Amino acid sequence: MEREMQKQQQEESSYTVEQLVTFNPYNPDILPDLENYVNEQVSSQTYSLDANLCLLRHYQFEPDRMSIQIVSHILIKALMAMPAPDFSLCLFLIPEKVQMEEPFKTLIVLSHYLETGRFCQFWDEVAKSRRLLEAVPGFEQAIQAYAGHVLSLTYQKVPRAVLAEAINIEGPSLDKFIEHQAVNSGWALGKGQLIVIPKNEFNHPELKKSGGDIVPLEHIARIFPILG
Amino acid sequence: MSASYDYDDADGHRQMQLSQQDIAYDPNFVPEYVKSFVVHLYRHIREKNVYEIHQMYETSFHALSDRSFKDTPWPSVDAVAHYVDNDHVFCLLYRELWFRHLFARLSPTLKQRIDSWDNYCSLFDVLLHGVVNMQLPNQWLWDMVDEFVYQFQSFCQYRAKMKNKTEQEIVLLRQYDQAWNVYGVLNYLQAFVEKSAIIQILDREKEGLEQFTANDGYDYDGGSNVLKVLGYFSMVGLLRVHCLLGDYQTGLKCLQPIDISQKGVYLIVIGSHIATIYHYGFACLMLRRYVDTIREFNKILLYIYMTKQFHQKSSQYEQILKKNEQMYALLAICISLCPQVNLLDETVNSQLCEKYGEKMVRMQKFEEEAFSIYDELFSYACPKFITPSAPCFEEPLVNYNQVHCNHVNLPLL
Repeated sequence: MEREMQKQQQEESSYTVEQLVTFNPYNPDILPDLENYVNEQVSSQTYSLDANLCLLRHYQFEPDRMSIQIVSHILIKALMAMPAPDFSLCLFLIPEKVQMEEPFKTLIVLSHYLETGRFCQFWDEVAKSRRLLEAVPGFEQAIQAYAGHVLSLTYQKVPRAVLAEAINIEGPSLDKFIEHQAVNSGWALGKGQLIVIPKNEFNHPELKKSGGDIVPLEHIARIFPILG
Repeated sequence: MSASYDYDDADGHRQMQLSQQDIAYDPNFVPEYVKSFVVHLYRHIREKNVYEIHQMYETSFHALSDRSFKDTPWPSVDAVAHYVDNDHVFCLLYRELWFRHLFARLSPTLKQRIDSWDNYCSLFDVLLHGVVNMQLPNQWLWDMVDEFVYQFQSFCQYRAKMKNKTEQEIVLLRQYDQAWNVYGVLNYLQAFVEKSAIIQILDREKEGLEQFTANDGYDYDGGSNVLKVLGYFSMVGLLRVHCLLGDYQTGLKCLQPIDISQKGVYLIVIGSHIATIYHYGFACLMLRRYVDTIREFNKILLYIYMTKQFHQKSSQYEQILKKNEQMYALLAICISLCPQVNLLDETVNSQLCEKYGEKMVRMQKFEEEAFSIYDELFSYACPKFITPSAPCFEEPLVNYNQVHCNHVNLPLL
């Protein structure tokens, strides 16, 4: 019963914050509400880019009120939203001087590895920054989903070892992951150590006819007599 | 007469730091032609004769400025007030023109910048809360919003240059810290959008219940177009301010009620058309929606190519040309990152190759030197970003442009 009420309260207050962001975004007094909302997103594993951008703007307007912890949580949440460009969007609002300090420097490196598909280096770096990232539940799963997404755009048949490196899982946990993808995304186990990914627009490039430029033969046929 | 977007160096570009003693300027002297100008303009506004107002605003004001006020301000509002019944609203409008002329031709002092802010506050408060029964030309209403954002941008850049500030200026800055405060600027623009209910008007228009766009924003029921059109243009103003702050997502959200794939009031004034598409395209570029940018820039660059001859005599001609060049540079960046030449019209493509063909070849190579070309084009074509917070008056500020440029380069690495 208590949990129900707590959840309802959470829903009500997040509804109100979203309203604030839509109707009263340029009011410095809403800063604490926006900060609480970030903490809520972290604990309840939800996400709101608009509210977070609104908060980053306020920090831009009043740099003394900036909270490093909150900004780093926003950035971690943005990483989890990949492939959406949210991380860059948030970064645009953070002063260069601040970006050069920790933990932002590390987060930027992490985002760079993810953008360029360097998953092995990514997970190495993650291992070094355990404490920073543990603060945001759901981080690993979100990145693994992103890695799976990237692989499905790139491969028709992905070797098990490549998948393992990309999502940083091996053994029975890896099998479980593949099973989960099989149920939800149509992955299948192929011959040898290969996992077959269903056909999509990106992993099956086709020669496309550029429809706009086609001139029907009948039109050209009309001038054949003259060309002769 | 909106001032150029790139007067980012108020005391550099125009070395006419004018002190009133240098040139024989008597703010209280009102030549006959100025008296005639204000008397007629006042009458036309009272009679809601939009055509005449537009002629006076667009042509006479510039002609007189060119002829007689090349390097001095117009007569002060106090000197002309009694010719126009001391009409409060007219005086606020006159003062807005007065400051706009000052910013365009001369170098405003800090005090003048602050006074201009005060004038905007008074003018906007009246327009937002009073019952104004005027019809003003769309050009004038657009210029008001455009100039408001421009002066905000100019102020932030001025404030960031701490090196040459006198003690006196620092005291003034600390004392008037509300002037051109970023919250104030954003809230005024937002207030226009809300008070005018322009979003609801545009929604109702889709269902055929409003004639806003069909009437070019004018009110043919005896009412006023001022609040509605200011609300409309404020959406573009908000897009522009958000771009200057680096928040592209929110900028695009502010523009959303305007469907740029359809005819709209933003097309009526060339300045508004270009400002809208330039910032829309730039925001899409930063969101990596390259195809959207390419499509929109293609349309407008073709449009400018075909119609620029008609704007040759306009005071905005230089501005149009400048934005044209900047959009070609951004287009070169987009096409290099996302080759979609089939989306370009033949004319645009050939212009693009002429201007940036060689650079694009180098940009598409995966080499060190490619980055510097992206850097060069981006710095040339991007908006002049600002720092919205007051500086620590003891320390100089970092240049924001570089931050944004680095983010464009990141995906290339």
